[in-house]
Amino acid sequence: MTSAALPQAHPDRGGRGWYRRNEIAITPWLFLAPAILFFMVYVIIPIFQSFNISLYDWDGLGEARFIGLGNYSELLDDRAFEVSLWNNFKWLLLYLLAIPAGLFIALFLNQTVTGIRLYKSLFFFPFVISQVVVGLVFTWFYDPTFGLLNTILGVFGLGPVNVLGDPTLVTYGIIAAGLWPQTAYCMILYLTGLNAVDPEQVEAARLDGAKGWKMLWFIIIPQLKPATFIAFVVTIIGALRSFDLISIMTNGGPFGTSRVLSFYMFEKALSEYGFRMGYGAAIAVVLFLIMLCFIAYFLWSMYREEKGGR
Amino acid sequence: MFPRPIQTQSRAVQITYQTFLPLALILWLLPLIAVAVFSIKPDTDFTSGNYWGMPGSFEGFTNYGKVFFASDMPRYMWNSVLITVPTVIGAVALSSMAGFALGIYRFKSNLWIFFMFVAGNFVPFQILMVPVRDLTIDMGLYNSKTGLVLFHIAFQSGFCTLFMRNFIRQLPFPLIEAARVEGVAEWRIFWYVVLPLMKPAIAALSVLIFTFIWNDYFWAVVLTQGPESQPVTAGITSFNAQFRAAYHLMSAGSIVAAIPPVAMFFLMQKHFIAGLTLGAVK
Repeated sequence: MTSAALPQAHPDRGGRGWYRRNEIAITPWLFLAPAILFFMVYVIIPIFQSFNISLYDWDGLGEARFIGLGNYSELLDDRAFEVSLWNNFKWLLLYLLAIPAGLFIALFLNQTVTGIRLYKSLFFFPFVISQVVVGLVFTWFYDPTFGLLNTILGVFGLGPVNVLGDPTLVTYGIIAAGLWPQTAYCMILYLTGLNAVDPEQVEAARLDGAKGWKMLWFIIIPQLKPATFIAFVVTIIGALRSFDLISIMTNGGPFGTSRVLSFYMFEKALSEYGFRMGYGAAIAVVLFLIMLCFIAYFLWSMYREEKGGR
Repeated sequence: MFPRPIQTQSRAVQITYQTFLPLALILWLLPLIAVAVFSIKPDTDFTSGNYWGMPGSFEGFTNYGKVFFASDMPRYMWNSVLITVPTVIGAVALSSMAGFALGIYRFKSNLWIFFMFVAGNFVPFQILMVPVRDLTIDMGLYNSKTGLVLFHIAFQSGFCTLFMRNFIRQLPFPLIEAARVEGVAEWRIFWYVVLPLMKPAIAALSVLIFTFIWNDYFWAVVLTQGPESQPVTAGITSFNAQFRAAYHLMSAGSIVAAIPPVAMFFLMQKHFIAGLTLGAVK
């Protein structure tokens, strides 16, 4: 659809002032002004301020001392930072499992039997409740003394596992909790996508003898591309934003092994052991730069779409 | 239709499917069901180690009554309402205007401004944390609902503008052309032509933003403290500290905190899903 602003469509009625003559040029800016103002003050400018703060040694109250890249060189030797960074990569990679899992559930539910609508809503349920509640729910689920997980394991004669107390398991345990709502989200994206799959193509492929995996891979998945793109975007963002679950379930523990950058940053900047705003900002900048790779890719994809869509 | 409709398959397959469906659902929601069961148990069940047996007695009313009448929970809930509702109104208002400007008019920097909103919407919160906290303190709004609302409006306007702009792009443009030929002022076009057509988008965004903001935890911890202004997501942690190890009460509290967005979802399901999946279909 084109949206070219027409040349002044209505005749200028005897010079009704400057505004009237330039209405089409000015109106969009008037409409944009409040949103841009808010967004600038609270989002765009703070990004640059964070870059600036990361060059200072600052406790948030007293005088800030300029130390150049001092915070960044300190990061290089910081074991806790290294652990958090690795955990972030684990999150990024494993969180993507939500996409195939969501597709799988969507395929399972993509039928028309009685009550299927209710089933779909209930499967979607975990996404609607807050991550804080999801965190609590899974903390109890994993609890070594009475948690459902260990009760079930006990039935099979397997010993109790303290998922959240074990440095090697803890991150995976939290990621599993995070996958629960994220899978639900991907599922709903794919259910919508599957609704729009072209039945004629499916029929044609069936006549050619395609079925099962082949059908899925060559006919269905290509048609689900827009859904996959969105699922990818929201999953990556979700993975890098993971904070609530860690804060609720382990508070970074045991021994800081479940921290990720977003949590470590918070801890450094606002912990009870004194505020280190500059150091926290430096961690946030690293996180931002990781994110920026993805943001650039998303915007590039959208840009191609915009150009191609005309 | 893929996979092949179950109706065209043999009877055995149909029955298997019909039995697997509820089983899969129960398995999927198991952690949640466990909490729901916990929340109606008496506390003696927990002291005597009867975690997973039948509840000793039905204590649903006592437990939920305690949450509502013997804790700060109602206050936190009310704070959440006072934070969420203004944010929804503000973000939707700002973004329908911005979306109108970006969707209808063609000017040089249009796409760049649009991308600014999109990119800002993807940013990790942490990069904003220190400056936004300072700004809020400087404005004297630290630990106030207003401070939280202002930030939420600003941040959500990124996603909302993306949403609104794409929605407005799909409206029939000749309608606006016709209005212009008639000599209708631009703001009247927005108010009388475009806004009524945007109702579904506004509904969808409202439920989505309601859920997002209700469930926000990070900013609640960064910008507020204490029961006078904290929303329920942050309040639940102090609630849990108050009732440490009283699992029946903590479960009931969690469920209460989760109910408003859940209710919103079930009441406005169509809009919610339409909003969430915008762009999932070409």
